[in-house]
Parts: sequence; C-alpha cells; structure tokens
Amino acid sequence: MQSLNLRAALTSLVFLVVLLGLWEAFNQPPEASGELSEFELLMGGADQEARVPPPSQVLGHAWDELSNPFYDAGPNDKGIGIQLAYSLYRVLTGYFLAALIAIPLGFVIGMSPLMYKALNPFIQVLRPISPLAWMPLALFIIKDSEQSAIFVIFICSIWPMLINTAFGVANVRKDWIKVAQTHELGALKTAFQVILPAAAPTILTGMRISIGIAWLVIVAAEMLVGGTGIGYYVWNEWNNLDLNSVIFSILMIGVVGMLLDLALGAVAKLVQYEE
Amino acid sequence: MSKSFVSVEGLARKYPQKEGELVVFEDVNIGIEKGEFVCIIGHSGCGKSTILNVLAGLDSPSAGAVIMDGREVSGPSLDRGVVFQNYSLLPWLTALQNVSFGVRARFPQWSKQQVNDHSKKFLEMVGLGHSLEKKPSQLSGGMRQRVSIARAFATSPKLLLLDEPFGALDALTRGVIQDELIKIWGETHQTVFMITHDVDEAILLADRILLMTNGPHARVAESVTINLPRPRQRASVVKDPGYYKIRNYLVNFLVERSGELAGSGGEESGSFKTLEVDPTQLADTGETNNSMVEMPDLVASH
Ligand SMILES: Nc1ncnc2c1ncn2[C@@H]1O[C@H](COP(=O)(O)OP(=O)(O)OP(=O)(O)O)[C@@H](O)[C@H]1O
Ligand SMILES: [Mg+2]
Repeated sequence: MQSLNLRAALTSLVFLVVLLGLWEAFNQPPEASGELSEFELLMGGADQEARVPPPSQVLGHAWDELSNPFYDAGPNDKGIGIQLAYSLYRVLTGYFLAALIAIPLGFVIGMSPLMYKALNPFIQVLRPISPLAWMPLALFIIKDSEQSAIFVIFICSIWPMLINTAFGVANVRKDWIKVAQTHELGALKTAFQVILPAAAPTILTGMRISIGIAWLVIVAAEMLVGGTGIGYYVWNEWNNLDLNSVIFSILMIGVVGMLLDLALGAVAKLVQYEE
Repeated sequence: MSKSFVSVEGLARKYPQKEGELVVFEDVNIGIEKGEFVCIIGHSGCGKSTILNVLAGLDSPSAGAVIMDGREVSGPSLDRGVVFQNYSLLPWLTALQNVSFGVRARFPQWSKQQVNDHSKKFLEMVGLGHSLEKKPSQLSGGMRQRVSIARAFATSPKLLLLDEPFGALDALTRGVIQDELIKIWGETHQTVFMITHDVDEAILLADRILLMTNGPHARVAESVTINLPRPRQRASVVKDPGYYKIRNYLVNFLVERSGELAGSGGEESGSFKTLEVDPTQLADTGETNNSMVEMPDLVASH
C-alpha cells in the first residue's frame, strides 16, 4: 500500500514535469516574422504578449500573487485571496441556505409518500433549469447583484441535497424503524436518533455534489454580475490581456474546488457506517 | 383463557387474493404464563413471524386479539422486547451504544453512568465485555446476535420475543449462545416467546413447545410440555431418558402430522382447541429406542 502510494506520487510528478516541459517548450516567444493570425489582428496586431505564457512565467506570477494575496488597491486591483474570499462567501452562504431548506424538506418528502408524489412534478421541472437562467429574474426581483449571485448558488445547490435527502430517508431499513418503534421512540427522537444517522451518508453525498456544482456555477455567475469574486477576476484579467493572471486564477479555482470537496469528503467519512 | 399473562385469542391473518382470500393461519389460541419460556415450531411460511410481529404490536391481525397483563396489545411497546432474526442493530453505534440505546429509552430518568453500567453488565453477561467499543460491522454474526440479546434483556421487558435468533449461526456458535441465553434467562426469568426451526434447541430451552400445522389455514395444533429438569445443559440433557421420547414426538409431528392436520376443519371456525401433550407420559411406542429420527429439512428459505 505504502509503496503503491509512493509509486503513484512519483508517477504524478513525472506527468507534471513532462506536461510543464511541453508547455514551456511550445510557448517560447515567437520569432517576429510572417503573417499575423486572425487572432493577433484582433488583438491589435503585433502584440507579442498575447501568446500563452509558459509555466515559468505563470509560476513567477503565482509567487508574486500568493506572497501578497490580500492587498486591495481599488476596485479593479485586489489580491487573489480577497477575490477567492468573496466567491467563497457567496458560495457558502447560498449553499448553507439551500441546505437549511433542502434537508428538512427532503426529510418530509422522504417520510411522506403523499408529499413525495405532490412535490415530485415541481422538482422535475425546476431541477433541469440552468442556474444562470434564473439570473435575470433574480436581478429583477432582488435588485442586488451580490444577493442575486447568492440566489443562483442557492438554487443550483438545493436539488442534489433535496433529492438525496429524500432518497436516503425513504430508504432507511425497515428493521431500524422497527427498533425505534419497539423502543417507543417519539417522532422527533426517531428522526434524530435513527433516520438521520441512517440517511446521513446519502445526505452527505448530495451535499458533496451540491458544493461541486455551486463552485462551478459561481465562476459563471460572477462573470455575469461583475464587481468582485474569482469569476469576475478571471474575466477582468482576460480583458486586461493578462494571461498570466488568467491561468493562475484558473489553477486557483481548481485548487479551491478540490479543497471544498476534500472538506465534505472528510465530513462524509465521519457519518459513514458499514452495515 | 384470559387467566394467562399473555393470551392470544382467535388470531387470524388473511390476505386478499384474486379468488377469495389466502388464510395464512386462523384460530390461533395461545396462553403464556409469567416466567414461562415458550418455543413455537412450524414449517416455513406457516405464519410464525407474523404471530410474533402481532405480539410485538408491529403488525395487526385480520381477526382476534392479543391481551397482555389484562390489556390489549395495540402497538409496539417497551414492555415487549424483540430480537429479530437479522439482528437489527444500528450499524453506526458501537455494541455498548446499541445496548444503552435501549436502556436509555427504557429508563429515561437514569444518569449516563447508570445507563452505561447497566448496559455493560448485560454485555458482560453474554461474554462481550471486551468488545464494547466495536461497531456491528466489526463483530461476527454470533457476536451481533449476542448484542441484540443483551439489548433485549437489558430493557427488562415483560415479554421477550425472539424470531429465530440463532437461525443464521453455525452449530458451534449457536450452542455457545444458547448457553448464554439459558444463563441470562435463569437470572432474570423473563417471559419468553421464541421461534425456532431447531427441535433440539427448543427442547433445551423451552418449558412448552407449540407446534403449528402447515399453512395455509395453519393452526397451533399441539402444546407440548417439556418437563425435563432445570437447569439444563446441552451435554447432559440428551442423556435424560425423556429426551428422545420428546424429540421423536416432535419430529414425528413435523414430518407427518403437521401436513396431515393442515387445513383440516376450516369450516368450524372458532372451535379449534390446542391439544395439550406430555410426551414423557405417552406409552412407549417401541420406536423410541433412542434412535435418531431423521431430521426434516426445516431450514427456512428467507
Ligand atoms: N403481503 C402478503 N401477501 C400475501 N401473502 C403474504 C404476504 N406477506 C406474507 N404472506 C404470507 O404469509 C405467510 C407467513 O409468513 P411468515 O413470515 O409469518 O412465515 P414464517 O412462519 O415466519 O416463515 P419462516 O419460518 O420461513 O420465517 C407466508 O406464507 C407468506 O407467503
Ligand atoms: Mg419467519
């Protein structure tokens, strides 16, 4: 096991080196010659800086950014840490609001076949809607870009949690319910001492899917809404043609998304049980 | 009838069918005295589990009623502890937590310490004092069933219901846990109603064995008194001169009469009487020369 992990780590490292090496090799500054591509024309002709920067540059830039992540030099020049914090704040707010509604509601749907049947058509219609499609309506009704972004996160993270909670609760083993019944547990105690722990792994799976979707959606939402956040940052740096920053922030989006998933994975481990 | 501590009166279970109805069992009358250990034997599908679930209050009958301690059973209650066949432990709790789950429900006014001590005591009684912190998935089947038994006894119910508690265990483990059950029952003298497929197990444990005919229209045909002296031990009980008489009688019922009596007298509902038998008082039929009658294959297909 130990040696497998070690070998996997070494192999990863090899892949990384090869990848960075190829990237570096193919993206050296071009010799100034020949015709301009259509893209270069669009970019204003001979702008040599418009090429994809090699990893050495990106890494250098990353070092600068990460050594001072929280500087704030006006609306269009904030550190990567501040931008990520804005995005995380929106994601977590929308996400926890969704959990606050989805988990109790999922419980009710899972417990009651009537509610399941009654609410199912709504869920089926609302669930496939792209969260960004809500954006205009949200902006119109809420009239605040910040809260609209949170609403979009809310609406996209509610479905996996709702559906998984309902599924988990509905499929709690009948034997365990019988145990609760023969011990004369009341409805609340049954819910908290038997059904919740029994359904917790399924609920956590839903929460994990949701946080992943929320992190995907926030980037797009912030590109639309603007102002702050990692999505806005990427778009803004693109407009500035600062490809170093664009690539760096793409990587940061990946890293933060991975950390969010790891965090929920750790929580899922806590409630996991073996039958 | 209602003199008994638990009395099952005219119990029946029917399921609607395309044509008419399926009568699984009917006219089931059982009396259980306080402190008595009663086993019920019958072929698979005759409705034993259904009767047990009705006794537990988890199921309701199509006709008839169960009266315990003068009151009709209308729902599950802590007065009736159940050990299910598939040990129904909560897998996210440790052995100790599973037992104290029951104890806390039973004695809500107790302190944490009291609950813990009481639970530990019962786990030690079934020989699990060293596995308190293990989750069910880390326990063997036999150990899990012991936890279930400890949980049921620890809540000291007025009536203990065991649905084939050892059905899934190998013979060796089964023997060990039977001994533990005898020990714990000897200390607490609970009233017990137990389903089993194992004739020897029933003779070892029971004061009385109820015999069911085959379904449909199954009934409790006979009630066989087991008056072998207690305390009984697995090794010595088979040496008792009465043992094979009882055993042969039971096996004979299961092999032959359970089928012959099946569905008979379906018309005169309400008139069915369970026959009381004491096999040791029966005249020697000649075949009881301690020879083993071939055991029928009773192992249920669940
Ligand atoms: N929903 C149902 N519809 C029709 N018949 C049913 C239904 N549920 C149970 N039965 C029948 O009721 C009978 C009794 O079932 P039960 O589980 O009580 O049997 P059992 O005596 O415990 O058998 P085993 O020894 O195999 O555990 C079975 O024959 C089964 O076919
Ligand atoms: Mg059964």
